[in-house]
Amino acid sequence: MRQYEVTFIVDPVLSADEIKSTATTYVDHLKSEGCTIVNVDEMGLLQLAYPINKRSSGIYFCVEFQSETGALIPKLELAFRRDERIMRFLTVTLNKYGVKYNDDKRNGLIGSKKKKKDDKAEDKKSTPAKSTPAKSTPAKAETAKAETAKVETAKVETAKAETAKAEPAKAESAKAESAKESPEKAVPAKAVTAVAAATAVAESAAPEAVKKEEEE
Amino acid sequence: MATREDIKFLTNPNIGSRQKKYCRFKKYGIKYIDYKDPDFLLQFINEQGKILPRRITGNSLKYQKQMARAIKRARHLAMLPYVADLLK
Repeated sequence: MRQYEVTFIVDPVLSADEIKSTATTYVDHLKSEGCTIVNVDEMGLLQLAYPINKRSSGIYFCVEFQSETGALIPKLELAFRRDERIMRFLTVTLNKYGVKYNDDKRNGLIGSKKKKKDDKAEDKKSTPAKSTPAKSTPAKAETAKAETAKVETAKVETAKAETAKAEPAKAESAKAESAKESPEKAVPAKAVTAVAAATAVAESAAPEAVKKEEEE
Repeated sequence: MATREDIKFLTNPNIGSRQKKYCRFKKYGIKYIDYKDPDFLLQFINEQGKILPRRITGNSLKYQKQMARAIKRARHLAMLPYVADLLK
């Protein structure tokens, strides 16, 4: 049972009903041939990188299915070619790593869109190598929290005397960084920089606090 | 006799030692490169949309080939351009 993935682009000028019916006709065609549909993903309207058939955008669909024989693939592709509503298509055989990747993506183990590119790559890395990042990030998150606790106490001490505006601003920024860290724990790189920043702030805040107390 | 602490350099003698290049797919255990993910693939093409060579990206041969295949598929599906200007 091989797993295949076909991605096709539908003409965007059609009405929403026609677009959906286009996708469902092919899904039903596959089902009638005896394939098990794993996933149908409508990626929606996307901008094309270059114009196709004088259009600059298209509706992307991705259908993942399992099939016993590969004989239905040429028939499917012939149907795509004949259909005027479909601008492009691509059929791909998925190997075991591709299958696993798609499963992980559907289960949300691969990074979300909110994170940057680098963090996204690191999240992909985090899925197979679960042990080491998982161990290090809680430790780092804890140290980050400990640092913010120190910074907060220093802030309270200095708040009594008149403080420079830079200090609470620094403490708040360190707090904000660590606050972001605690919900998103699977980001080792950010945690490292936050820890470094927090330690730097704590170190600068502590002697300043001592100085102010001496002045008083 | 001058000790090591006495000898000071104006410039750091360690400057110029390159960071060890590694294949990020091997290091982090990534086994599959998705062609439907243009944001990730953008890391491996230059401003003109050309695929970056292996000596720049540091990829191993196996993953460079997979990467190239993924980029070419993305280009076919118009998720990445074939030719571009000021892409990044």
